[in-house]
Formats: sequence, C-alpha cells, structure tokens
Amino acid sequence: MAGDLSEELLRVVNLTITYSPPASAPVRALRDASLKINESEVIGILGESGCGKSTLASAILRLLPSYAHNDTGSIVFRGSDLLTMTEADLRKVRGRAISLISQDPALCLNPVMKVGDQIAEVLRAHLAIGKGERRRRVEELLQAVGFEQPRQIYSAYPHQLSGGQRQRVVIAQAIACDPALVIADEPTSKLDAALQAEILSLLSEIRKRRGTAFLVITHDPTIFPGFADRIAVMYAGGIVEAGTTEDIFRKPLHPYTQALVRLSERYLTNSGETKMRFPMIDGEPSDSTRVNPGCRFEPRCVDRMHVCIDSDPQEVTHNPSHRVSCFKYGK
Amino acid sequence: MGSDARVAKSAQPFLRVRSLTKRYVRGGVLQKRIHVDAVRGIDLEIPACKTLALVGSSGSGKSTVARCVTRLERPDAGEIWVGGTDIAGLANRALLTFRAAIQMICQDAVTSMNPRFSAAETVEEPLLIQRRGAAKQCRQSALEIMSEVGVSADWANRSVMEFSGGQRQRLAIARALVLQPKLLVLDEALSGLDLSTEAEIINLLLDVQAAHSLTYLFISHDLPLMARLADTIAVMCNGTIVEQGPKSQLLSNPSHPETKSLLLPAKIFQKKYAEMLGVSG
Amino acid sequence: MKYLLRRLLRAALLLIGVSALCFLFTEMAPGSFFDEMRLNPQISPETVTALRARYGLDQPLIVRYSRWMASVVRGDFGYSIAYNSPVAPLLWTRAKNTLLLTGTATFLVWLIAVPLAAWTAASHGRWLDKAAAVVSSVLISVPEIVIAIALLALAVRTRLVPVGGMRSLGFQEFSTWGQIQDIAQRMVLPTAVLVLSSIAVVERHVRASVLEVLQMPYIQAARGLGISRTRLLFRYALPVAANPAISLFGFSLATLLSGSLLVEVVTGWPGLGPLILDATLSRDLLLVIGGVLLSALFMVAGNFIADVLLLAFDPRIRTGESHAN
Repeated sequence: MAGDLSEELLRVVNLTITYSPPASAPVRALRDASLKINESEVIGILGESGCGKSTLASAILRLLPSYAHNDTGSIVFRGSDLLTMTEADLRKVRGRAISLISQDPALCLNPVMKVGDQIAEVLRAHLAIGKGERRRRVEELLQAVGFEQPRQIYSAYPHQLSGGQRQRVVIAQAIACDPALVIADEPTSKLDAALQAEILSLLSEIRKRRGTAFLVITHDPTIFPGFADRIAVMYAGGIVEAGTTEDIFRKPLHPYTQALVRLSERYLTNSGETKMRFPMIDGEPSDSTRVNPGCRFEPRCVDRMHVCIDSDPQEVTHNPSHRVSCFKYGK
Repeated sequence: MGSDARVAKSAQPFLRVRSLTKRYVRGGVLQKRIHVDAVRGIDLEIPACKTLALVGSSGSGKSTVARCVTRLERPDAGEIWVGGTDIAGLANRALLTFRAAIQMICQDAVTSMNPRFSAAETVEEPLLIQRRGAAKQCRQSALEIMSEVGVSADWANRSVMEFSGGQRQRLAIARALVLQPKLLVLDEALSGLDLSTEAEIINLLLDVQAAHSLTYLFISHDLPLMARLADTIAVMCNGTIVEQGPKSQLLSNPSHPETKSLLLPAKIFQKKYAEMLGVSG
Repeated sequence: MKYLLRRLLRAALLLIGVSALCFLFTEMAPGSFFDEMRLNPQISPETVTALRARYGLDQPLIVRYSRWMASVVRGDFGYSIAYNSPVAPLLWTRAKNTLLLTGTATFLVWLIAVPLAAWTAASHGRWLDKAAAVVSSVLISVPEIVIAIALLALAVRTRLVPVGGMRSLGFQEFSTWGQIQDIAQRMVLPTAVLVLSSIAVVERHVRASVLEVLQMPYIQAARGLGISRTRLLFRYALPVAANPAISLFGFSLATLLSGSLLVEVVTGWPGLGPLILDATLSRDLLLVIGGVLLSALFMVAGNFIADVLLLAFDPRIRTGESHAN
C-alpha cells in the first residue's frame, strides 16, 4: 500500500463535460474532474445518482451520446490523449487496453448469440488468432471467472443463465484481451448480497493474477475495504475528496464523505433491541442545471458557512495522499 | 363479544400463515406437465404493529409468498389468517375489504405507476377505485398523505416520471397508505436505492409504522439491513423457511447454512474494515 | 419440435374451417349459375333441371360439401361450370402467372427495403433518412389503384413498355430468349405497381426495428469492447431486429396469391385475380372455392414458414421451454 512506485496508467486532467440534449436545459455533468490511476491499482469512485460517475466512466472510452461535449480537459493514457484520438485508434484501445463493464449484465449481452461466441467476438476484434485457438481461450476465460463447466456455458444463451452467471460472462468479456485497466460501473448493484461478495473476490483475484488495474464505480462504500487502494468521492459532477481507502474511512474530511461513511457502518452495529433510525443527509440531490458558483453540497451541509454559498471551494491538499475541496480546510 | 374475547384478540397475531403452498405448472395440452413447487409449507406469524423480515436469495420463493399474502395469486394450499378470516380461499368479491387492508410496495416503484399520471393522480387512484368519496375529497386526502411522506405540494401536479428514485418510492408509500391499510408488504422496496435515499426511506417507513400502527412484512435479500428494521426474521431457501426467530437470536446464533451465507457480506465487511483500520478500528 | 407440430395442426384446422366457410358463403349469395339460363325462353325448364342434377346442384349442402372435400384431398378440385373444364388445371395456370409476378415483386421489395432500412436507421436524422421518410410517406398515402392507373397512363403515353396481357401475339414464334424478354417487358408495369405500393411499409417496419435495437444497451456495451461498426450492425443489431421483420416477411409470403388482384385486373395480367373475379360474378361455385382455398393455403403456409424462420433465428423461442434456472 505504501510507497508503491508503479507507473502511471491513466490520467484524467480537468475534465468538464456538458450534456446538451435537444429541448432540455444543458446539464454540467462533470466539472474539472482530475484523477490518476497507476498500473495494477484499484481506484474507487464513490457517489450517488447524478454525481457524474457514470459520465466519467463512459467519457474515458468516449462512449457518451452525441449531445455530450467535453468543454475542457484531457484523458492521457500511456502518453496519448484519448479525447483527441481518431476513432480507428480508439477502437484498438476499447476492449484491448481498457475495458468497460456496464451496470446491468442482463442488458449488456447480445440476447441471440451464445455467450461463448460473444466472448470470442472480443478476441476476434483485437487478436489475430484462429477459430480453434479462440475457442480454447474462451473456455480458459470461463474457467478463470469461476465456471466449472466451461463447455456447457459456452453454448448457453444469456436468458438461460442466472444474474450472477451473466455478470461473470461480462467480466470474462472484459478481461479477454488482458487489458491494463478495467472500468467497472456498479458491478454489484444488481446482485444479491451473497453474490456481491463472490464477484468482488473474483475481481480481486483477477487483479492479483493478471495485474489489472480497476476503476470501480459505486454508490456503496462497503465494497471498498480490502479491495480498493484509493477512493475519490464525487458529488454533483465534481470530486470533493480523494485519498487512500484508509484515509477516507478513518478520517473522512468532507461533510458528504463523513455522512456516507456513517451510513456504511450499517453493517457494523450488532443487533439492538430497538429498531434504529439511520443517519440521514438533509435535502434533495443537487440540481445539475445550476450554473452559478457556490459549493454544490452547501444546501445539505451540516457545517455550511457563508462563504460556501458564493464561491466554489478549491482543492486543498490535506496530506500528500489526501485531497479535499471544502472551505472547512482552508481557501 | 365479551372482554375475554377482546383480550384474546389483541394477543392474536395480525397475520398468520399456515402451510402455504404454491405450485406452478409448465406445459399444456401437448406437453408433459411439470409441477414446480415455488413455495411449500410456509408457516409464519406477525403480531400487530411488528415487523417480520422474510429473507432469502433470488429464486427462494419469497416474492411468491408476498404475492400470495396480498392475494395477487391464489395459493394452492394453506391458510392465510388476517384478523379473524382466512383469505387464502376467498373469491375475488369477498376479498374487496381485504384489498384495502393489505397493501404492497415493490422495488422500483416507477414500473408500477402509470407514466401519464401526475403525482396526485397516482396517489388518489386507489381512493377513486374503491369509491371512497367524491373526487375532491379523494384529491384532498391524497395531498394530505403526500405531505406526510415528504412530497412537497408544488410537485403534486408534475408527472411521476420527473421524480427521482427516492421520491417515487415516497409516492408509492403514499399511495399504499391512502386506503388506511393495516398490513404493508414491502417486496424489495429498498433495493436499488442510493445509500442516503435508502436511509431516508427506512426512516420514513419507521415513522409511518408508528404513526399509523402498521404491521410490516418485509421481503429482502439483505439480511444485515433487515436486522435493523425487523423484530423477527424468517430465512427462506428453495421454497421453504429454514430458520425463523427473533432477530437477536438469528444474528448472534445462526444455525442454518443459508442464514450464515446471508450474513456473510456483513461479516466480510466487518473483518475487512477492522483489518484496514488496524485492530482497534 | 412439438412447437412446430402444434402449429401444423393449427394450420390444418384453419384450412378446413376456411373451406367450409367459403362453401357456405358462396351458397348464401343470391342467384345461381342457372338463373340466367332459366330466364332464357329458348331453354326449357326441364333442361335446366336436368343440367342442375347433372352438376349435382340439387343435392343438400352437406352432401355437396363432403363430396367436394373428398375429391379435394385427392387433388381433384371439381368442375367449372362456366369454363366447362376441371377446376384444378385452370387454377394452376393462372396461379403460376400470379406467382411469377408477385414472387418477383416480393423479392425486389425485400432486396431493396432491408439494406435501405438498415442504412437509414444507421444515419438517423441526416439527409438520407429524411429524404427516405418523405418518399415513403408519399407512397403509403397514395392508394394502390392510383399508382396502378398512373403508371398505366405513363406507360401508354411513353410507350416504354408494352401494356396488357402477358405475351404478345405471335409469342410461339419467338426464340427462348425472345420469349423471356417479351414476358419480362410486360411484367415491368404490374411489378412496378406492386413494388411501389408495398415497399414503403416494409422499409418503415424494418427501419423502426433496427432503430430500436441500435438503442439497446448491449450494442453500446459491444461498441465499448471494440467491436467494429459493420460487425455491430450485422452480427449484433440485425439478428435481433429480424424478429418483427420475419413476421412481416411471413405476411408477404401469405399474400403472394391474394395481394395482386387489383393490379392484375387493371393491367390485364392473366393471373388468378381476374379468374376469381369472373368466377364470383358468374357464381361458378367450385372455381371460386378452389381459388380461395388455394389462396388460403398460401396464407397459412406463409405464416407457418414465418414461424419456422423465427424458430431458426431466435434462440429465445427455441430454448424458451427449457430454462436453466
């Protein structure tokens, strides 16, 4: 954990993205987001609906809808800016160097193609290997993600598999070409609690065996301990705090992070006799069409001050591994 | 009815299910009929104003139990005692009074709402269907309940599609409360919500339960979460209840492997959390 | 398999039902072939009665129907009173002509419509899509008869193609190539009418289906894994978009014999249409029923073929009865 001198893999610099859908007010989905991922690192992005985390995930591989524009910023991957790459070069990155696992595995698989063939398609798109070799690799992959009968699963269709099995197939697709980075958007949200643990341990194992870096996006902080190295907390399109997992859980700085960490402790308390109320965050999620300055979290913040209403907080480095954007800590 | 009977009645559980069984049949005229037991011999009891959590993984049959208790489906065998009546075998006409007394809230409320309705129309609909008064009265009652659950009055005429996930769940609760039910069946009503929204809805449900003296039947796959809300917990696996009892007992001393596996995520988190922060946590 | 057998059984029952209904309806129509004869003072009533007896028209309904069903199964469709010849060969020659026409038209329609639909769906919102939308709106709004008459007028004025009938005079003397040319030329007009009147509907349906599929999350997911655009369209989108298109195709097949009546009558193509029309007007019972039954056969076969195709193309239907869960 400490002092790993690994190479930088991906760097997002001051990324700002605005959605301008026809017949609607424009929405600033991402504001000045900056992030760094090193080789074999697991970075978690923690945030709730509408905070821009899925936008960030899709933006890295430029999979946003046509009405999304990046106003400023760059995404540097192994030296090249992904935002200015040609479509042809980008296609070589997708699925090969960087993979994306989307939210609902039931919806992300081709319903009329055998799952084995779908994994083979990814191999076919990037590697020049023959059909027999492809088949062999797919069966290897299926075994690697935990299937005991890879042959049977190869010929199955998505609707014949359970939710957990589908998620494993999607993971197999993502790691087929041994990418350096896998972006997992809410990998466990649609699963039962028991399956969540299995999938997380599978991802951990993949990281250990193949040295793959992960960018895990979720609203549930309880999956991070023991898995993520660093966490960035997002609210209303911006990163409000970033640090090691230990920093975030042991000493959360931003009021929003503090509230989330308190909520995640729902698994820690043992049963009392009375039913316990949950610690809440007042107010509604923020309105992303708002364009005037001022801290986005201010309406719901328990520690809000006058300065929070008029100006945006700048990022403060609390200690080398821990940054936060909050007036409580200066500037 | 003398005072003896009244005392006996208050000691009676509000909902009592005995030997509930539901089968599904596949196949028809030209195919061999295969019987699948979704749910077999279910026994459970909920005292008035208490909460029972029915937990299990996907496919364990817990949603089937929910649908049978609310009589959206007719059980093949068994009894469902609500107050003093067995509703398991009642015909649709006789069920009308019970439909108001037992309401259900599902996961992802939006799929159970007409996208063309406004918030107020959604909430007043049950009153209009059951003919509980003139249109104006129904609208008034709906608005009252909506403000109780925290939906602001200026949003009353907005389409339900404009609401966020948590707000829609509030509307679903309002709609369920408007008929003044006695039992609320919550089928994965907290799944898929953000943590903070989940917390809000849980707090709302606790408040509402106290204010309206409601009995809750909670269906979920998240046992550790249910432990904070329920009085008793029943664990289902493959169509039967494998362990049942007061929550403190189940949490401190689980006996069935299924219970243990449902408690696993919490245990793993506790362990990892402790590891991460050093033993002192 | 059982699925197909059930469909087959249903198809057979349908055919029996259709034939019975046909028989019944034609009976209920006022007047018979011989009414005109009776009005003719030169023919004696006894001759009429004798003729009626000879053609079996004085037997009760059930008897006539069962006798006819028995012979149909043997391949004998009965005897046409008007043409004084067996029904089956009459029907068959005409049906062949119709099939040539509609077969070519259907082939052309689908050949043009499917790629066009895929292309316009992929270039959604741009000028090609908009232009195609305007053209298809016009074609849908204009009734088939107007298209037929308009093209007919055009052909007569410009003399680009010969009009009327299937073969020119002196057809027998042409070489084989000459014969083919002749028929082909005369086919241009009716085929054009058929294609123009049905292509817009097919194109719109397929386009809507492809458009819907392109929005689905799994297409985006595959794109995110680096699958190329063409592969996405053909291996990921079209097979799923094919479902509604296959049903529509089945419908096209079903109307192969019955959909061209109007065009044939207007352009003078000697097909099944004009034959049935005449037969109906002259109460030539067995000819009418034979024709309708043949059309019904095609209709049922077309739908059945659509079912088979759906089964072949959509694994969800194939394996729907055996879930792993």
